[in-house]
This record gives sequence, C-alpha cells and structure tokens, in this order.
Amino acid sequence: MSDELQFRFVHRRGLFSLEVEGRFGANAVNGLYGPSGSGKTTLLRCLAGLEPQVRGEVRFNGDVWQDEAGCFVPPHRRQVAMVFQQGALFAHLDVRGNLEYGLKRTPVAERRLGFDEVVDALGLGHLLARGTPRLSGGEVQRVAIGRALLASPRLLLLDEPVAALDRRSKQEIFPYLRELFRAFHLPVVYVTHDMQELSRFASRLTLMEAGKIIVQGEIHELLARLDLPIAGEESAGALIDGEVAGYDSRYLLNEIRFSGGVLWAAGEDRGKGTQVRLRIRARDVSLALHRSEDSSVQNIVAAEVAALARLANGRTLVRLVVGDTALLSRITWRAQDELRLEPGKRVFAEIKSVALHV
Amino acid sequence: MSESEEIWSAVRLTLALASVTTLVLLVIGTPIAWWLARSRSLYKEVVATLVALPLVLPPTVLGFYLLVALGPNGPGGWIAELFGGRTLAFSFTGLVIGSVLYSMPFVVQPIRNAFEALGERPLEVAATLRATPWDAFWSVAVPLARPGFLTGAVLGFAHTVGEFGVVLMIGGNIPGETRVLSVAIFDYVESLQWSQAHLLAAGMLLFSFVVILTMYLLERRFGRSRW
Repeated sequence: MSDELQFRFVHRRGLFSLEVEGRFGANAVNGLYGPSGSGKTTLLRCLAGLEPQVRGEVRFNGDVWQDEAGCFVPPHRRQVAMVFQQGALFAHLDVRGNLEYGLKRTPVAERRLGFDEVVDALGLGHLLARGTPRLSGGEVQRVAIGRALLASPRLLLLDEPVAALDRRSKQEIFPYLRELFRAFHLPVVYVTHDMQELSRFASRLTLMEAGKIIVQGEIHELLARLDLPIAGEESAGALIDGEVAGYDSRYLLNEIRFSGGVLWAAGEDRGKGTQVRLRIRARDVSLALHRSEDSSVQNIVAAEVAALARLANGRTLVRLVVGDTALLSRITWRAQDELRLEPGKRVFAEIKSVALHV
Repeated sequence: MSESEEIWSAVRLTLALASVTTLVLLVIGTPIAWWLARSRSLYKEVVATLVALPLVLPPTVLGFYLLVALGPNGPGGWIAELFGGRTLAFSFTGLVIGSVLYSMPFVVQPIRNAFEALGERPLEVAATLRATPWDAFWSVAVPLARPGFLTGAVLGFAHTVGEFGVVLMIGGNIPGETRVLSVAIFDYVESLQWSQAHLLAAGMLLFSFVVILTMYLLERRFGRSRW
C-alpha cells in the first residue's frame, strides 16, 4: 500500500478550520466532493505544497513531502501539477509557450509524455501560436491541463477545472478529460461541487464537509449509501457499470448489459463492447410490485429492496439490489407505506431516464 | 569653453547621470519593490515610507544630509579615501548617489504596483510546473510586470533629468563634472543669458513632453496586448 498519497493536516484560521486525515489512491481518479467552503481547495493546496504554514504530514509513494519534524519539500520539487479553476495561463506567453513551460523544466529522463501526444489528446494543435487572450474558456482550461501534464507530474491536482465554464464548454471538455484519464495513467485528485461531473470520471470518492473528511471510498459504493449527506441531495443517484451489447439504429438506443440485466440508453451508437458507466438518479426510478406491460418506461428491472431511509421532506430513499449492483429510488412516504416496502421485498424498478457516461 | 560646447557638455552630463541612475535604480529598486510587494513584515511600511520620503522632502533637506554624508567626515569621505579622494561630494559619483535616492520612489512604486497586481497565482502555477522561486521570478514575474518596469525606468530617467535642488546642494556647478542642465539653466538666468536659458528650457519642456507621451502610448499598447 505504499503506492499512494497519505496525508494529515490540522489548520485553523479565524472561523475556518481544516482537520483532515486520509489517503488518495495512486492509480485512480479521486473525486473530492463537498459544498463550497468545506476546505477542498485548501486540502489540494496543502498537497501541492502551496500552504507551507499549515502543519501536517504528507507521504507519496514512500517519499516524505511534509512531516511534523519540519521537513517540507517545496512545490517545485514535488512533481505535482495543479490546474486551477480559472486556468491561470501565463499572459506573456502564447499557447505553445504555456504548454512548454513545465516541459522545459522537466529533465529529459523524467519526461513521460511527448508534446505532440498531449497536444493531440487535448485537441490543441490549431491553437499553438495563439495568444492567451484569444482563447475560449474551454480552450484555456485545456491548455492549462496540457501544460500541467507536460511537466510529467507524479500527481495531478484539478481544482474545479470546469466550474468556470458554461454548459457548452463543459460538454466540450469532458471527452478530453475522459480520454486523458484513460490514456495517461496518473493519480488524479479532482475537486468539484458537482456530483454529475465526478460520476463521469472518478473511481474513488472523498466527501468533505466543514473542513473535515466524512468518508472515503469506492464511488459506486458511496453513491449508493443512504446515510451520507449526498443521499439527501436532489441529484442523488447510483452508478452502474456495463457494456454496450448492441445498438438499435431504428430507435437510436444503446443496449447496455450489466449484472442485473439489460438497460436501454438513448443517444448515438457507442460501439459494441465499449465499457460504459450509467448514472441513474434516484428521482428517475419509480417502484412497482408488478411488471407493467403498457408503460412508456422502457427500462424495467427486477430488484430487491435492501434498505430504506426516510428523508425529512416526505420522501423515502430506497436502496435496491439489482444483480450485484445497487440502485437508488426516491419515492414518497405514502408510496412507501402503500407498497409496504421493507428490506427483502421484491419489486420492479422502472427507470425513466438513464445518463450514459462512456 | 565655447558657449555651445558648454551647453552640450551639460546635456551629455545630464543624460549620462540619468542613464546611470536609472540603471542603478532598476538593479537595486527591483528587489526592494519585490520585497515591498510580497512581504508581510511589519517593517514593510517603514521601508516603503523611507523610499517615498523624497516625494515630500524639500530637495535641499535631502541635499544637506547627503552633503554631510558624502563629505570628508561622512561615510562617503571614507569611501573616497580608499580611492585616493577626499570627498564624494562635488563629484559625478556623488551625483549618482544623490539621484538614486531622490528618484527611487519613481522607480520602485510602479514596479511594486506591477508585482502586486500579479497576485500569487502565476507564481504558484510556476512552482507546480517545477520552476524554482528564482526561475519563476525571471520567467514569470518580471515579464508580466514589464509595463511597471517600463514606467519606472521612464519616470526615474525623466525625474533625474529634471533634478535641481539636490544637485545644487551636493554637486555644485563644475562644468563637465556636475553641471547638469537644470543647474545650467539657473546659471544662465542668473547671468541674464536669456537666449541660452530659453533654448535649454524649451528643450527640457519638449523632452519631458515626448517622454511622458511615449510612456502613455506604450502603456496603452501593453494594456491592449495583455487583455
């Protein structure tokens, strides 16, 4: 278990306090999620070495970056690249100059990514000679990410890399991020307050609140738990991993096979055999005792109630087991009582909408 | 010395003084500006005040203290002795020292402002891209603060050219050694040589106008290219 990042920080400044201890997986996209002001960015900055006044300990792959005895490796010697919310490109350099900044300072023997490789992966080829003021928000962030990667970091920290972008720019950058996480095996810590975003990429999840880490774990597991603050959120939902088994070109539906059966997801053909991740929001799942034959809902799977949690607002959150994965459903208290739902009960989950993340 | 030669010698001397002073100020003013922009020390405002003092102090006051300091019984005299002289007052070196102190706020302040406007972010980014602090200073902070350096250099140069009181106090009026333009004008007026005074005064006026206009135009260009 040496191949990971372990940390512990204690810091108080005015009303804000940070008291965290945990670890991030070395070969994973670690999502760091929590409300604004919960200390996510501060934790990230501590890991990068940008908060030297914060006391604590950091170890990465057996190297000590910081300890209580006074050891403190400065940021430029940690080989940690960080992407900030606003890109923070160097205004005096063009795109190429920005991309090459870290590359030039990386000894040739330590370079793991080629310039062309990164430029291609992020689609920056046509922008190289452009000045930074003439880039769109999405392009700025892509350059910032490319610049970070080209420094061949051992750890990549992303601080809400798309939060400043509009919806369209976000959609534009997601495929690049996905490709990047897949192609460049690199531990990543990805900070965001948008679970939708995290559920696309993250394999592990860390939840923060008020300067503390509530829980760390595998993302599918945590998203399916009923006792965490995220369960009460409007966008609460489970993740299901599956594989594209076919495409119905007449109705534009992907056939996704997973351990609990088959689901149909609308959209363009993702290609047979592609591994996909489905996000199914609890509010899009309704429950029935019998399989409905004449419903507009296309995805109906047999499930078993595993646990229930009454939320404060007249809603009940139900965890279902489907195959070997979990599904969440949010129903009303009345529906819970009328269907006499309790752990062990067999039901049919009617899934109104499936978000497909490749 | 002929009249025109007299004038040219004053012009040359003034330009040399302003150039040397500006160079010295860029070299010693930059670290001061950097420290003032980034330090959280309590002494910072004290140092900032010292740097800014020449803005409000009558040049004669500064000149008087400099005269004492540079004279045979001050530190300037001791240094001069090492080089076989008796005093740094009434010498070109003395003028440079005086001008450096006198023009310092005009160079330090714009550079400090430019460094402050940078914020922490670009340097943090540089650090996470393997740049040492020294490297980041030269490859990020200085290029980004370029407009501040330009303004500081122009103001420092122009202010030194226009200096009068301090020079008169510590430099006197030695042709070719300490007799700069502003002093020469004063002399011509005193000795009722109005046409020469007119010539120099108009030259100075034109020079100052062109310098400041150039600066504004450059600032505008820099401002545009940055955003």
